[in-house]
Amino acid sequence: MIFGVAVLPGSNCDHDCYRVVKDVLEEPVELVWHGDSDLKEFGALILPGGFSYGDYLRVGAIARFSPIMEAVKRFAADGGLVLGICNGFQILLELGLLPGAMLRNRSLKFICEYVTIRVENNQTPFTNQCVEGETLRIPIAHNDGAYFADPATLEEVATNRRVVFRYCDEDGRVGEEANPNGAMDNIAGIVNDRGNVLGMMPHPERCAEELMGSADGLKIFRSMLAYAVAPTSP
Amino acid sequence: MPIAKVTVTLKKGVLDPQGQTVRNALEALGYDVRDVRMGKYLELTLPDVPHDELEGHVAQMCEKLLANPVIEDYRFTIEP
Repeated sequence: MIFGVAVLPGSNCDHDCYRVVKDVLEEPVELVWHGDSDLKEFGALILPGGFSYGDYLRVGAIARFSPIMEAVKRFAADGGLVLGICNGFQILLELGLLPGAMLRNRSLKFICEYVTIRVENNQTPFTNQCVEGETLRIPIAHNDGAYFADPATLEEVATNRRVVFRYCDEDGRVGEEANPNGAMDNIAGIVNDRGNVLGMMPHPERCAEELMGSADGLKIFRSMLAYAVAPTSP
Repeated sequence: MPIAKVTVTLKKGVLDPQGQTVRNALEALGYDVRDVRMGKYLELTLPDVPHDELEGHVAQMCEKLLANPVIEDYRFTIEP
């Protein structure tokens, strides 16, 4: 499977994602310029973190209309894997490929720190190498990570096990103290109905090697690879 | 040329920490302000086209880009 990493004006985590897939996972990967609209060769597409289009107006608001996004929507509709990391998650929300929205962090501070997240659902193409309930040590770096959804949407997301990651403490307990940014229900990552589109605020590409302090992020990339080798219905 | 004055505000029930911070700052200055909600104001200079057509366009612009319907409401006037 060939991974594609989208590059939008203002993306700044594209090279880290590219490096992890190429040098750590050791799989074929290409950077995809946002002006391109041909995603046929890819099995998985990563929308990386950064400040695409300066986050002007709202995070991901203008990026959502970037030329590549029509192709991204078709790619997702055709069942391709889409991983939105941080700004990528924000763009998927604006695109409507995932439900809800992101608000400014409750503290109004840009938070750049390691957090712990709990794997709530390991039956996805992004977490099949994880154990349900396991904790991952992974960094966040964002100003707008407070996930928001109206009560009906939140209910639907929770009932259908579409919450994939929640912020928790070191022992895996999900609570207020472990919530870094005010995200509803401590939600750190969600998946779409079909299970092929995942958005997460933490950065797995920044912790895919022990050298970086944690290799927990690699599990997400390994899961995508495992899914490509042996796809199962989500 | 007509100017559309667009106001985008957070929906009720959406947390507004920026508004809270401003309220706190006003309180520190000695003013009794019960609540502050912050929004966005945009002025769009539009071509000379009949108003009802313009209204339709501005509404579309708000729905598609200027406001996020999950968390924001919008209203606008077109002058003259």
